[in-house]
Amino acid sequence: MNVMFRSKWWSFGFRSAIMLYFFVLIVLPIIGIYSQSVSSGFIPFWESVSDPLAWKAVLLTIKLALIATVINVMLGSMIGWVLIRYRFPGRRILNSLVDLPFALPTAVTGLMILLLLGPGSFVGELASKMGFEIVFHQPAIIIAMVFVTFPFVIRAVQPLLEEIDKSEEEAAYTMGATKLRTFFSVIYPSMLPGVISGAMLAFSRALAEFGAVVLVAGNIPGKTLIAAVYIFGEIESDNPQGAAAVSVLLLTLSFIILWTVNLIQSRRPGK
Amino acid sequence: MTIRRTWIGLTYIVFTLLLIIPLIEIFTGSWADGWSGFAEGLTRKQSLHALQMTAIIVVVVTAINTVFGVMLALYLVRAHWIGPRMKRLLNSIVDLPFAVSPVIGGLMIVLLLGPNTVIGSFFEDSGFKVVYALPGMILATLFVTFPLMVREVLPVLQEIGAQQEEAASTLGAYSWYTFWKVTWPSIRWGVIYGVVLTVARTLGEFGAVLVVSGNIMNKTQTATTLVYQDVENFNVVEANGVALVLAVFSVGLLLLMEWAKKRKEVH
Repeated sequence: MNVMFRSKWWSFGFRSAIMLYFFVLIVLPIIGIYSQSVSSGFIPFWESVSDPLAWKAVLLTIKLALIATVINVMLGSMIGWVLIRYRFPGRRILNSLVDLPFALPTAVTGLMILLLLGPGSFVGELASKMGFEIVFHQPAIIIAMVFVTFPFVIRAVQPLLEEIDKSEEEAAYTMGATKLRTFFSVIYPSMLPGVISGAMLAFSRALAEFGAVVLVAGNIPGKTLIAAVYIFGEIESDNPQGAAAVSVLLLTLSFIILWTVNLIQSRRPGK
Repeated sequence: MTIRRTWIGLTYIVFTLLLIIPLIEIFTGSWADGWSGFAEGLTRKQSLHALQMTAIIVVVVTAINTVFGVMLALYLVRAHWIGPRMKRLLNSIVDLPFAVSPVIGGLMIVLLLGPNTVIGSFFEDSGFKVVYALPGMILATLFVTFPLMVREVLPVLQEIGAQQEEAASTLGAYSWYTFWKVTWPSIRWGVIYGVVLTVARTLGEFGAVLVVSGNIMNKTQTATTLVYQDVENFNVVEANGVALVLAVFSVGLLLLMEWAKKRKEVH
């Protein structure tokens, strides 16, 4: 066995197998979808993308994902800060709970939101009495997106907060700066790279989210139909070319975001 | 002091509203019709079949993803036969599945291997169904989970450097032996963490599997797609049984993640 592993032919075959697997599993499907979207020429591609239902779905997704990201930036900066800086009972448990949205299947998340806020639930009844709707409307989509992307900003901010030099902060205090001023001129700038890359990851995940949203959105075109659900509908109605065209739009956006995040992270000193 | 209290209080409120109440709801919701309702929902033929499908996919995907993930990470860090530019390119390609919506991941496989394509019809003629069958579902899940293992192992390998391994092989150790005696002990906890992440992602995978499987009851339905179908058919109580099983596993995996993370930091 060992002799075989040493032989050149064996290791050459092994290398090729791994690289082939990599290429076939990851690269080929992505090339496939880009070529499929223009398979019948650019005019059908343009027609699929310029279909009002399609671009409205993409725009709606971007809008709701942006709102969810802003909410998560605020919640994430605060929670990241509290979990690192303060010592209080239950801190460790809360810190472990942060990853729950990553571990929970998205279909279960959708069901959970439906049970908590849907028709017949306490909150759902209360909201409809007060005259606004949650489930099957845009608020439910935002809630689903916030839940699913909850860990990103927190996990991106925490390591940066741990590295902050306490002496800078103390210097600011000694020189008479208020707590608020110290926070915004000393602490927040060093958190910022984490906030930005966490926010971008959260945004791209929210753009792509399907499982949690499909169960709680009403999926009404132009109002609560997001891009991933639109693509799913096109596949179901046997229009793979149209599905591919909208997918390419969404994919290109996500790739740009991913690439920017990589760029930010590679510029960070010490990483 | 009061500021401190306010922040901690706010944090507790967010956690309670966003994570703790929903988690409790899943556990209590499945008992809404008592034990019998829960048991009936869970022991339906399609529930048992769906859970079995999920179990098969988890085992197969985790095994394949672990072996190929570790090997690829080793090559991306150590191999001399890939140039540095090529390494950087491959490195960024590894992350691509993170940016792909699961639905799109499923669509890619249907487009490449579906019954109307060249490759798909070739397999179909030789009696091997890929799309709307188990192989397609495994492929889709492999695509989605691909970066998890590589991203865990790669930084560890970069950190430990190649010196020990080189020393071992200059002393005449065989490469297989070097791997087990020198490399494996240092990447062990990274690999275990990667396995836990892969299992969690595979267990919960929904979008890609839904597109590729066609969601055929008692044939290609998994636990998550069954929950989806039940909810669409307004069978919320029956959906709860399977959802609870999935949630229990997720919480268990979360605890495992914490444990592996701690071990990883120590070693």
